[in-house]
Amino acid sequence: MGAVAWTWLVVVASFALYFAVALWSKARTAADYYVADRAISPVLNGMATGTDWMSAASFMSMAGLMAVMGRDGSAYLMGWTGGYVLLAVLLAPYLRKYGKFTVPQFVGDRYYSNAARVVALLCAIAISFTYVAGQLRGVGIVLARFLGAGVTQGVLAGAVVVLLYAVLGGMKGITYVQVAQYVVVIAGYLVPAIFVSMMLTGSPVPPLGMGGTLTPEGAAFLGARPGEELLRVVDRLTIELGFPAFTSGWRPRLDVLAITATLMVGTAGLPHIIIRFFTVPKIRDARSSAAWALLFIAALYTTAPAVAVFARASSIATLQGKPAAQAPAWLGAWRETGLVGFTDKDGDGRMRLSADPARNEVSLDPDVLVLANPEIARLPPWVVALVAAGALGAALSTAAGLLLVIAAAISHDLLKSVLYPRMSDRGELWAARLSALCATAAATAVALHPPGRVAEVVAHAFGLAASSFFPVILAGIFWKRATKAGAIAGMSAGILFTGGYILWFRVLYPELGPDRWLLGISPEGIGIVGALLAFAVIGVVSLLTEAPPKEVQDLVASLRYPREAQPTGSGSGRRVFR
Amino acid sequence: MTPERQRAYWRRNLAYIGVLLSIWASVSYGAAIVFADALDAVRVLGFPLGFWFATQGSILVFVVLVFVYVKLMNDLDRKFGVYER
Repeated sequence: MGAVAWTWLVVVASFALYFAVALWSKARTAADYYVADRAISPVLNGMATGTDWMSAASFMSMAGLMAVMGRDGSAYLMGWTGGYVLLAVLLAPYLRKYGKFTVPQFVGDRYYSNAARVVALLCAIAISFTYVAGQLRGVGIVLARFLGAGVTQGVLAGAVVVLLYAVLGGMKGITYVQVAQYVVVIAGYLVPAIFVSMMLTGSPVPPLGMGGTLTPEGAAFLGARPGEELLRVVDRLTIELGFPAFTSGWRPRLDVLAITATLMVGTAGLPHIIIRFFTVPKIRDARSSAAWALLFIAALYTTAPAVAVFARASSIATLQGKPAAQAPAWLGAWRETGLVGFTDKDGDGRMRLSADPARNEVSLDPDVLVLANPEIARLPPWVVALVAAGALGAALSTAAGLLLVIAAAISHDLLKSVLYPRMSDRGELWAARLSALCATAAATAVALHPPGRVAEVVAHAFGLAASSFFPVILAGIFWKRATKAGAIAGMSAGILFTGGYILWFRVLYPELGPDRWLLGISPEGIGIVGALLAFAVIGVVSLLTEAPPKEVQDLVASLRYPREAQPTGSGSGRRVFR
Repeated sequence: MTPERQRAYWRRNLAYIGVLLSIWASVSYGAAIVFADALDAVRVLGFPLGFWFATQGSILVFVVLVFVYVKLMNDLDRKFGVYER
């Protein structure tokens, strides 16, 4: 059976599984729809959070970026895991104690203002929308490459699948589907990595294998000596092409720091992750599900650098100096997607890789490396199929979580809380479904005309989250004196500064180079500066305005103690501050 | 809880957060970025040490930190009689 047949089989089987789970766990009330009736166990919630988290960017782009960026690419690894430490100790337990449905709702109540709520819901929609378009794009690439559908049909198919189970099942459906998806995603990532690790270094544990020594088979594959350390081989291969050594860092330290910090803080401020902690029964469950989530995520994230090393070494070794007529099959297959290119510049009929763009003949989009890795390493077709199913699971699960945030922002925060407070529970449930439908349609339209690569689009969402939600939520929990005016001004200043900087350097004047950046900080890393600005504005404006009313200060005090003042319940019967 | 006990509970929580986040920052920003080049001079099990912290060590430390926080806070909740059943 060939790779395409295997891929159809595995993808269709995994989709059938997701549908079955979605039907079994359909949402019946608004509390079901938004927070799965707060009945999810912390381990399951951790697993669902992990899948919600691991997106097309984690699955497809991260190891590819790392393969290109070397040690500096670890900004993504550390940024996207370190944020969970912030979540676990600074946000999750307190937001769970507050016990409502959405992030804009917390902002609106804590800052006793519908204006703050509306600013927050606009931020939530902007962030989630940026992110979801990247996911659908990822779905399109996978379907186009592995199933032979066009990218357009691929994107549409992905949108329909997400709709069916997100719109129907809400948070409850999504949670159980994500648990199933975790298994598919992690298998799709680890199985090929284990195969390659075994072949190259004989170690069945890829994170250890990347530091191992070459087996005779691995040495023959990479054109090196048996017993040589893999990391030394990859360093040597990259230096031979004129790049710095793979394991060294060459970006300015300050920029790497800024990108890492932005991704960490942004992770903690992403609404689709924060709301996952509203689904567990107790406050201590919020802490432990953050811990489980990080453990489940770490399984993929510690493997990613190994995949990067394997992909970097094997792509160089199988291409460099080889006759173009004998190019591996995967190269031709990927060329059709436009993400891989070969131009014989010196006309010698051989493929030449080089750090010098004028001499380099083979272009590999980083988004391709993880998906192509099993083919590069000549693994059996069922492994290729597993990778395709895993990438689809990663993209779809994240898209579903994001659509839910958009739906809840519209139906709960805008319609129910601001415009029609007397809407019935049933009415709200249908409003949420309708909002999810509209959001999917809009995101599909954007994904068909995407502004950039998956990781690039997604990385900017983190800057926006870091500079808007994180400061306003953190100040809301830890500083009773933070006021309505401070929050609105801080959130607006943060997101406008960060969004403006990204637009300026990425969209309006992309030709401006690093010498024009603020302190040499790239648009991917500017979110942390925006966050510091937001904190400063919240502090100054709050001190200049009247202290929050007593009831709000009492609300903040109550967040600090797990049992105290009010029992934690379904949330629907609790007082709302206006 | 009396107001004094509440303040003690909160101060202890803040102290835990302070210690854990100091470790968090020194591993990721320190060992994996600022001091990575210096640590790379040492090779452990085939890895330059700075590179290992950047790609593996920091993530493993993060996992340990969050589980330690869970344990510390559950103990603190029990000590102050606010553990949720």
